[in-house]
This record gives sequence, structure tokens and C-alpha cells, in this order.
Amino acid sequence: MDIIVCVKHVPDTTEAEVRIRPDKKDIEKEGLPLKINEWDEYAAEEAILIKERLGGTVVAITVGPPEAEATLRRVLAKGADMAIRVWDGSLEGSDGYVIAKVLAKTIEAKGLKYDLILTGAQAADDGFAVVGPMLAELLGIPHATLVKKEEILDGRVRVHRELEGGLEEVVELELPALLTIQTGINEPRYVSVMGIRRARKKPLEVLSLSDIGMGPDEVGPAGSWLEVEELFLPPAERVAEIIPGSPAEEAAKLLEILKSRGLI
Amino acid sequence: MMVGPIFVLAEHRAGELRDITFEMLTKGHELAEGLGTELVAILLGHEVDGMAQELAKWANRVLYVSDPLLKNFNADAYQAVLAHLIGERKPILTMIGHTAYGIDVAPSLAVQLGLPIATDCLDLCFEDGRLCVVRQVYGGKVNVRARLKEASSYIVTVRQAAFQPGEYGPLSGEVERVECPIKEEPKGRKFIGIVTPPPGAVDITAADVIVSVGRGIRDKENIPMIEELAELLGGVVACSRPIVDKGWLPKDRQVGSSGKTVKPKLYLAIGISGAFQHVVGMKDSELIIAINKDPKAPIFRFSDYGIVDDLFKVVPELIKQLKEIKGQA
Repeated sequence: MDIIVCVKHVPDTTEAEVRIRPDKKDIEKEGLPLKINEWDEYAAEEAILIKERLGGTVVAITVGPPEAEATLRRVLAKGADMAIRVWDGSLEGSDGYVIAKVLAKTIEAKGLKYDLILTGAQAADDGFAVVGPMLAELLGIPHATLVKKEEILDGRVRVHRELEGGLEEVVELELPALLTIQTGINEPRYVSVMGIRRARKKPLEVLSLSDIGMGPDEVGPAGSWLEVEELFLPPAERVAEIIPGSPAEEAAKLLEILKSRGLI
Repeated sequence: MMVGPIFVLAEHRAGELRDITFEMLTKGHELAEGLGTELVAILLGHEVDGMAQELAKWANRVLYVSDPLLKNFNADAYQAVLAHLIGERKPILTMIGHTAYGIDVAPSLAVQLGLPIATDCLDLCFEDGRLCVVRQVYGGKVNVRARLKEASSYIVTVRQAAFQPGEYGPLSGEVERVECPIKEEPKGRKFIGIVTPPPGAVDITAADVIVSVGRGIRDKENIPMIEELAELLGGVVACSRPIVDKGWLPKDRQVGSSGKTVKPKLYLAIGISGAFQHVVGMKDSELIIAINKDPKAPIFRFSDYGIVDDLFKVVPELIKQLKEIKGQA
């Protein structure tokens, strides 16, 4: 089973304070920790699990600047066989459609063989949730999104898709196919610093746009369907009154509020 | 020049139209009035005449395709039928829910037709014929206003609960049945079935008090502290998605779009950042209090009260003081 897994290196904003840049086109990324997109971590793990079960190869691809290699090294340390990073300055500001095109062109240009392509269900930064299904459409293969369980059958893959309200939809796709992976499908393994160091021996190829037969006018804002006008802070649905004080004072005040409402 | 209609893809499951359908129709109605064009509900399924009649109250026209091939949702079949309808009727905009069904079909449809798409939209408007959208980035911490590349037709997916289903009409729209453009089941994809989860030991939707815990709890070892607090408050423990992903609490405790929707008298959110997928399942609770050390955490935008502090200091205090109160009583 030959598998391609597409991953993204993203700013980790779960616990960080997010500030909007003065030109309002993006957030200040300086100082934010960067890491593998959470959904892609599960996708990479699933690819390695399938390889361990059935044999074959795993190739990781990312579209990103040199620092994105940290994410590729992580996937190599998990057990991928090789990695490809595609970048050009003109890719800055690309939407999901452009990224899908770049991935499709990379797979074609390198003549990569695959039975399965895995991506995360969405990215933690832009949250488009489009790259996987768009890539499948560009390659002319079937896809299923939000996959939380997979079983490889003879020439097919049976997947459970996560629906709203805890339901699951079971579908079968003909291979080759593309799956977008939902968090929780597996338990991503621990990757040690030593493991990442050892993975430095594995091949990591860097490609430019011309290597994959694309030009700068097809990517970035020029090739994108979506053009950012401005970022702004979301309005509040409720205005939270912030309870001040030490932890003891905060707790006391909170309990007072509950008492006044008859909740304790 | 005559502007094309606005399409809204009706979403239904187990014979019921889902809320997102009416939310999109309401927004679609407003946009259609602004552009002076028709609002068209698109309904795909099998034996869906009843639903078509219901939709007619909400749209100027209902286009419906009823065929055994469309009995169950299948992204490939839906895509083929939608591509046909869009090609034939040339809508200015096609609205699809940003749901498990919607995001399985919309992005590949957009690529097939070469039509600009924006996903997970919170708001939409037309400016000089160009579609503008509002969406969220960075886990709901920031909103972005974006414009789509100029085109004759656009596709969007719409976030659930972004619009309130409004009061207008009834429109008594014309119901038009369209011959199914596909004749056989898609080759690459086959529907097998729907799996319903077994009922859990605790029904969190029935609780008056919910103490809910998120990623901020850091370790499974810390969950008992939350359980103790919940017990002292006479409530139950629930959680956000990462806690279930890690296997620290069972799936039936998950609040949010892929879990349960709850409306307790008190929702105490501890160490929960407030990603939309969680918030949509709890935002209509009577009283919402959040404890989070990040003052910019989105959860505070949905809370009545907030404590910006370390939960590992505040929760033990709450437990201690609650015990004192109970001891006195």
C-alpha cells in the first residue's frame, strides 16, 4: 500500500495571544510557536499505521517555507520513507484551491505512485477544509472527508465518516482514493528528539514551482479564489463580566453568583 | 442583465429537513431580494415530495430530483446532480451547509465547475456583483472579511447557526421536479449505512448543571478534580472534543457539533478555548461561566462571567469553598 500524506506547518494559536497585523491582512506570526497541523498529525499517524500493517511506502508532502521542514522531519521520524517540500515566495497568500493544485502538480511531476492519499480534515489556521477533496477532484479519484475509521479491503477502502450528533456514515471507496482524517482516529505516537535527529538521514526533496511546471501567476493571490480584505476581532455574543481577584476571591464570587441564582 | 437565481441545497437526514436548510434559506431570501432574483431550494433524495412541499413555503421555487440513486447521501452522486443543475440554471450563488455532508461535496464540485468557493462562511453579501464573505481563522480567535474572485457563479458553505431562521413568506414557491441526470450509481463510492452510537451511561442533555472540561486540563490525572467539582455542584461532567480524542472521557460526554447540544441552567467551561465546533453545542445555555487563563479565548465571547486565571488554582478553591458551604448547611 503506497500512501501519500499531505501535511501543513501552522502557527499554534491554541494558547497564544493572537494580534492582528497593522495591514490587517494576517496575524503577527513572530514569536508564535509553529507545529504540525493537529489534523495532519492524525493523518500522518494513520498513514504509518497502515504501512506497518500492510507494508508499502509513505511519502509526506508539504507546501511551505524552509521552517516547514520541521513538520516533515516529524513525519519522517514517525516512519515515513521520504518527504517533499514545495515552495516559492509567490505562494505566500495562497488559498486552499492553489494548495490543492500545487499538490496535484507535485504528485504528477514526480510521478508518485499511490493507493491512498491522506490529508487532515482541515487546517488549524485557515480552516478551509477544502484541500483534500479538491486534490481528489484534480487527480480524478474518489474521496471521503472527516474519516474516523478506515479498513483497507481488496481494492477498496471502507471508512466511517463523522456526521453531526455522534452519528457515523459508512462508505466504501475504490482505490486509489483520498481520505481527510478527523482527530481522534488514532493515538499519535510520541516522537523523540533522537527520532527526529535519526530521520535526518531520510530523503527530503525541495521543489520549486518550475520543478512542478507551474508559474507564479497561477499561485498566491493571483491564482486564488479568495482574497483577504481584512482581519478583525469577532463580536461578542454575550459580554462576559470578568471576575477579578485572587483565585480564592474569584471562587468566592463565582459561588456567590451561583447562590444568587439558586444554583447552589 | 438578469441575475441568476440563488440556490440553497436543502440538507436532510432520516426524512427530516435539518436546521441549516432554513438558516440558509433565510439568508438566501435576503440576498435574493437585494439582487432582485429568485430563491431556489434544491432538494435531492428519494420520495421527498413532502419535503418539497415544505420547502415551497420558504423559496420562490423548489427544484427537486427524486430517484432511488439519491436515497442516501452520496457525495459523488450529489456532485454530479448539482453540477448538472448549476450548468443548466446558472445560479449566481449556490449555498451548501458547512456540515459533514456539505464539505464532502462542495469543494470538489467547485473544482469540477471551476467556480470560486468560500467555505465555513458566517456572513455573505454582494458588492458590485462580487461576493464577499466573513469567515473565521485561527480557531475562532479572528474573523476575516474576504472577496471571491469575480465570476458568474459562486459556491459557499455556510456555518451552522450563523443565521437565525427568519419569519418571511410563506412564499408558495413553484415545485418543479427535474429528471435525475445520473442513471447509475457512482463507480468510485458506495453508501453502506449509518451507525448510531449506543446510548451512554449519563445523558448530559438532561442535566441542569454541566461542568465541562477542555484541553486546558492537560492530563487525564486531573479529570477527577473536575468530577469532584461537578458532584459538589450537583451536575455532570462534559467536555470538548480534544478530551474525547485523547480517550480521557467517553464520546457521550462531548458537547459540540459532532457531539451533544446542551442547554443547562449552568454551563461551567473549564480550560475550554471555545472553538466554534464546541460553542455551537452550548451557547444557548442559561448561564455560562468560563475559566481560562487566556483572556482572548473565544469562550469569553459566549460567557456571562469569566475568570481569567489558572484553572489549577481556581478549581481547588471552588472545591474547598463548596465543601465549607456544604459543611455549614
